[in-house]
Amino acid sequence: MDAVNILVSIAFSGAAYAMVLYMTSVGLSVTMGLLGVANLAHGAFAMTGGYFLVTFMDRFAWPFGLAVALSCVAVGLLSLVLERTLYSRVYNGTELDQVVLSMGLIFIATAIAHVTFGAQPVRVVLPEAVNGQLLLGGFSFPTYRIFLIAAGLCVFALLWVTIEKTLVGARIRAAVDNRAMAEACGLNSKKLFAAVFALGSVLAALGGSLGAEVLAIEPEYALKHLVYFLIVVAVGGLGSVKGPFFAALLLGIGDSACKILAPEFGGIFIYVALFILLLIRPNGLFGRV
Amino acid sequence: MSTHPAIDDLLSTRRLRPVESLPWLLAAAAYFLFPQYLQLGSQILIMVLFALSFDLLLGYGGIVTLGHAAYFGAGAYAAGLMAKYGWGEPLSALMLSGLVAGLLGIVAGAVILRTKGLALLMLGMAVSLLLFELANHAVGITGGADGLQGMSVSPLFGHFDFDMFGRTAYLYTLVVLLLAWILVRHLVNAPFGRSLAGIRQNPARMQALGVSVWLRRLVAFGISSFLAGIAGALSAQTNQFVSLSVFSLELSGIVIVILVLGGVGRLYGGFVGALVYMVAQDALSKDQPAFWLFWIGLLLILTVLFNRGGLLGVFDLLSRRFKRREDAQ
Repeated sequence: MDAVNILVSIAFSGAAYAMVLYMTSVGLSVTMGLLGVANLAHGAFAMTGGYFLVTFMDRFAWPFGLAVALSCVAVGLLSLVLERTLYSRVYNGTELDQVVLSMGLIFIATAIAHVTFGAQPVRVVLPEAVNGQLLLGGFSFPTYRIFLIAAGLCVFALLWVTIEKTLVGARIRAAVDNRAMAEACGLNSKKLFAAVFALGSVLAALGGSLGAEVLAIEPEYALKHLVYFLIVVAVGGLGSVKGPFFAALLLGIGDSACKILAPEFGGIFIYVALFILLLIRPNGLFGRV
Repeated sequence: MSTHPAIDDLLSTRRLRPVESLPWLLAAAAYFLFPQYLQLGSQILIMVLFALSFDLLLGYGGIVTLGHAAYFGAGAYAAGLMAKYGWGEPLSALMLSGLVAGLLGIVAGAVILRTKGLALLMLGMAVSLLLFELANHAVGITGGADGLQGMSVSPLFGHFDFDMFGRTAYLYTLVVLLLAWILVRHLVNAPFGRSLAGIRQNPARMQALGVSVWLRRLVAFGISSFLAGIAGALSAQTNQFVSLSVFSLELSGIVIVILVLGGVGRLYGGFVGALVYMVAQDALSKDQPAFWLFWIGLLLILTVLFNRGGLLGVFDLLSRRFKRREDAQ
């Protein structure tokens, strides 16, 4: 019974963690795959979403759902401005330009968050409805984690349908596969790029604000979790919706398993696994060669 | 005698220009002018050396990695452990630490350099994160999160003690940096450096010309790691302390920042960048410990958008404009 208990709790907390990682990183995978921008500052958008949520709830006393929706909208708009003014200038730049630009943004976001909200993590007050325990088949689960898993699955399903079944999705896939050809067929890549970038940031904000309970919102957020976001993208494969989902699951469950079963070795397993995996499949598990 | 202008150009870069003595004169002058800031001075010199090692990789080799702290840290821990367990003689320990880091660089590079793009970035990062975790968990040897303490470094040449004002440390670091600079300057102007630049610009063509691209890159990676290890060892010996942060992603980021601010692929970018970054950090972080990052971030963005040559690029631009005006007259 004990072993079962441990396994269930690993799978469960790992899955909740994985869904937060997925929501935050999938946008990065799509923007990197489509736009070719190594946007290290992606986590900063997630952090901004979290801070908006806290502000909306504390200052204006808006309900949780509304605050999450509005913080996503706010981050989406902000990202559109940044895309037009900054990112679009490095689409054709070198990898170094992109890395440096996004590092500059991380620094700025970190400094602003530090000054505005202080160095300590901010707390998100969860609504009563999702703040309790749920009994399922003899196990007791925190309701909020179940909510997170459901939310992650919804995002995955919606994205998958959008990318695979709609016209917009077909355009995005075409542009990822062969940008020059897609443009030659009359695709307005400028508009599409801006839309995809905004979508990615909105998803990051959603992950950041919903996941504030799992990945605490603090000024160092963007840099602290950058490695894990990048792992999800690199392992999942660029420009894919499905890849990051499974990569996030692997990483989330693997990470909680390591933390519970072998706390003294911590991240060593994860990094060794990453190293071997990327050597065998440099384009990730689901990446196109 | 008529030679091709391109050949003239190539040969003239090897000749020492008078302006190249400037950083050394300034560094020597700083020793006498700012005796109270020598501690900071040696830290700046160490970052210059670290940035110089990274310039060889990034500026000349065109290899973008976010894990160069791994080799700095390896050198720092090697020197720290040697000093802690009885090998107090600084010069031999310095060389050995550099070799340890260089060897690590060769082994890691042999694997990392098989990939490119995101995978290369990630694998480079994975090496430093792995070392971070190892150092963090091997508490018995490294002291874990508390850092490595209890080092005793013997006097330099058995004579010059590492005093609390940092005089010995400053001169020691300066001389090591000078030697490393001579080495790197020679390397980048030698055929090896030219072929490295060729690989950066067009790897497929260099391969077609019969250059072993992977091997050249690996050698550059090894030398760069060796120098980064020397920088790390200097940091350990002069501070008599090594913390886990030597393996951190932040340090890998900082060295990119320093190099980009100063100017990539110019040999002197690290000198300017490290000076500006470290002095700004020292001055600004006193008043605004959190907010000084804002200014660095802004500077980085402006550099990418308007002036890819960094601060040295600004000088180039100004001097060219000045010359044009003179020509017009």
